[in-house]
Amino acid sequence: MKYQTVIGLEVHLQLNTKTKAFCGCSTDFGKAPNSNVCPVCLGFPGALPVYNRQALNSAIKLALAFGCQIQEHTKFDRKNYFYPDLPKNYQISQFDLPLSRNGFLNIYTYEKPKRIGITRVHLEEDAGKLIHETEVSLVDFNRTGIPLLEIVSEPDLNSPQEAFDYLNSLKSIIEYLDVSDCDMEKGSLRCDANISLRLSGAKELGVKTELKNMNSFKGVKDALTFEVKRQTQLLEIGQEMVQETRLWDAQKQLTLTMRTKEGAKDYRYFPDPDLTVFIIAPSMIEQIKTQLPELPHEKMRRFIKEYGLTEYDAKILVSSKNDAEFAENCLQKYPGQDKKEMVNWLIGPLLSEANLRKVKLHELNLEKKELINLIGFVQRQEISYLSAKAVLSQLIDTGKSAQDLIQSGNLQQVSNTDALKQIIETVIQENVKSVSDFKAGKANALMYLVGQVMKKSSGKANPKLVGELIRGRLN
Amino acid sequence: MELNQFTAHELLGKLKAKIASPKVILDSLYTRIQKIEPKVKAYARIDKDPAGIIPDLSGLPITIKDNICTAGLPTECCSKILQGFRPPYDATVIKKLKESSAVIFPWKANMDEFAFGSSTENSYFGPTHNPWDLECVPGGSSGGSAAAVASDEAIWALGSDTGGSIRQPAAFCGVVGLKPTYGRVSRFGLIAFASSLDQIGPITKDVQDAAILTGLISGYDPFDSTSVDQDVPDYTKSLTGEIKGLRIGIPKEYFIAGMDAEVKTIIEEAVNKLKNLGALTNPVTLPHTEYAVPVYYIIATAEASSNLARFDGVQYGYRAKTDNLLQMYKLTRAQGFGREAKRRIILGTFALSHGYYDAYYLRALKVRTLIKQDFDKVFQDFDCIVAPTSPSSAFKIGERVQDPLKMYLSDIYTISANLAGIPAISIPCGFTKKGLPVGLQIMAKAFDEEMLFRVAHTFEQNTDWHKLKPKL
Repeated sequence: MKYQTVIGLEVHLQLNTKTKAFCGCSTDFGKAPNSNVCPVCLGFPGALPVYNRQALNSAIKLALAFGCQIQEHTKFDRKNYFYPDLPKNYQISQFDLPLSRNGFLNIYTYEKPKRIGITRVHLEEDAGKLIHETEVSLVDFNRTGIPLLEIVSEPDLNSPQEAFDYLNSLKSIIEYLDVSDCDMEKGSLRCDANISLRLSGAKELGVKTELKNMNSFKGVKDALTFEVKRQTQLLEIGQEMVQETRLWDAQKQLTLTMRTKEGAKDYRYFPDPDLTVFIIAPSMIEQIKTQLPELPHEKMRRFIKEYGLTEYDAKILVSSKNDAEFAENCLQKYPGQDKKEMVNWLIGPLLSEANLRKVKLHELNLEKKELINLIGFVQRQEISYLSAKAVLSQLIDTGKSAQDLIQSGNLQQVSNTDALKQIIETVIQENVKSVSDFKAGKANALMYLVGQVMKKSSGKANPKLVGELIRGRLN
Repeated sequence: MELNQFTAHELLGKLKAKIASPKVILDSLYTRIQKIEPKVKAYARIDKDPAGIIPDLSGLPITIKDNICTAGLPTECCSKILQGFRPPYDATVIKKLKESSAVIFPWKANMDEFAFGSSTENSYFGPTHNPWDLECVPGGSSGGSAAAVASDEAIWALGSDTGGSIRQPAAFCGVVGLKPTYGRVSRFGLIAFASSLDQIGPITKDVQDAAILTGLISGYDPFDSTSVDQDVPDYTKSLTGEIKGLRIGIPKEYFIAGMDAEVKTIIEEAVNKLKNLGALTNPVTLPHTEYAVPVYYIIATAEASSNLARFDGVQYGYRAKTDNLLQMYKLTRAQGFGREAKRRIILGTFALSHGYYDAYYLRALKVRTLIKQDFDKVFQDFDCIVAPTSPSSAFKIGERVQDPLKMYLSDIYTISANLAGIPAISIPCGFTKKGLPVGLQIMAKAFDEEMLFRVAHTFEQNTDWHKLKPKL
């Protein structure tokens, strides 16, 4: 690779606290415009902000999960700028003493995890929302004052895929901690990206572009992929890069200049005199540490150790907290030391059923006991794997027992040699070519013939037995 | 004597004894206002007979400065930019007053726009006149509150003090004014000038009234993070009339060249009086005093520039008619703010600007700490500090309008208490030959308002200055 891609992400995350960051208003999404408002979040004269301890708590929780250093003293600053979605014309944010710094997050793009630095995590208030009509622009202040975490990564990401994986790792941790809905479409998670290219091996960073307006993780990846191409082309023809902010157009799948580097904005940050310095006592940190759940990477290690999962399987199962709990529940209930069979069912048929129904694994309407019964039928060779997959689907749809479904569907595996022999004869007659292929020593031909028998028996034949019978008949 | 001329504690006694009713007290006040308000102009807006608009007439009326939110009543900081603003909520102090059955007088007291000034000349509604000399200013920014109390157009009043805005007008009008300790009184509902300096406080006819009113409005408020959770003592218990053995410091930096010689003499006589009453007075030094004015004008204007950003025409108040956003911001603020407000917004914006922040704002914060330490040091050995409230008595209307620096210097003795966060009171201590009142300032350590009331009350009980009324 001639050029190295350098990416840093800036994520804004709405915390799922019941009330706003500095007043008692509800944070409910989707309410009528300007119904979750009060003098404080509307910035009325004389109204004063008061800390939401829950928001601070969530912020510290997340920062601890990233292994960040938590500041003993934290304070809030005013970021001054005029905009109609900002009722006070300043945002309460954190400038030089953010809540926490110097953490990291592992991504699993490659065989070994890669560590991505987290520069800082700080707490601020969200702005309102502008709604542009043809004649006028309207402001909805429901979102104003919702606690927002800004999570800034180091420029440690070196490809759009890594950026995508970073967001997924981030989302997974946030979900485990239950501090945010993490829904990019609802705007509870927003992501801007800084990207630049430099000659491989160069020390200096290239001229960066800031990308905005991505509304899904895939959008972030696509926008970055587009940028890598665009910037490579520019560098190849020797064109000088300009620092600029570009907007991602998801429909046209390209980025467009929004503004080039204007005179650096002066936000005139200064400590908000309405809010006193907040002291985060070591005891408070210890207390929050006890609230931290087992995090994805910890759970992954445990699954490998306790249930003998491969790293690949474990990674799939732990990415969502509820799914991981569902899976662990299944694994625990599954009798016997070797859990491999259950693991295969979880990441095989169950996951595809979930995907088919567009739900999460744990949302499948499935009695774990029945799942275990079903696997038992397969292991005892009483039904075929193929039939079992069909039964699984019915288990989810009907809620009946595996036993009942197998019986009513007449799915018991046929292990009756005489019955099978009849079918085999028919198949041999109908597939002369395959028979001669088999005799010529082609192993695949046997598989094909077994498949035909299975088909004729509506999947009920015992495939192992069929194979033996065909081999015996033709040899 | 008319009812409106009595102090609040005297009237509370009459109410309790059922010698007077809230209605007759209000009527006497209204009669007085009708007669002399055209001369004094203590109120921002004059409306119908207040008796008709007060829903529950159960106690004593109190006059409120126009920057303290009163639900449903105009609260405009005497600025065009807040034209028509009627907050849907009461400030915490108003809530507390209503709970103790005070009657919020529906007309609000005049003030310098957004409390920017020392003369009440910067009001959108025009200047207030000093009841002792109608050609003079009443001081500011709570000039309306002080003039109303001094002229018996109010029984008592609330003002706000960011750099002397209660004490200096109290001194100019010959009444009592207290700036409580920062954090003693909730700021919720006080339209902010400089959040780290602002405090609401009483302006009254005597010290006992100040003690009562301070007690009513003080206390922790969960809606103000900067209010302090500390018990409120019964301040009337500190009115002992006894100051024997108290150690009083007299700061030498407060008797500087440029100070009015007459005022200086009057203050020295007052100090002698305290000595005669048994106090031990000694010179002390507050070495960083000379930096108080510059430090104050950096911090206060910086905070103000941000606090006043919300007045943009979007949600409330005045909005200039135009067809695009930037023009709306520009014209609304250009037309809505007065000269002094603009001057302070520009000063503060500059002080916070990139490249200047360290040299101005950050440095000012450091010097503020030094000023605070000056006081801490003195209070290790002294119970209180006594000084003039202002270097002169009331000046002529118009005299300093064109000279903001000279105007700013009239707060030179009051600013330090705000920077240090300590309580300070001004009480009448004499009159100039022209018949203008002079104020004596007493300062104590944080949350020791009791000391102020004790010393002020003792002085008052042994003098007659507070009994004198202007002839109007």
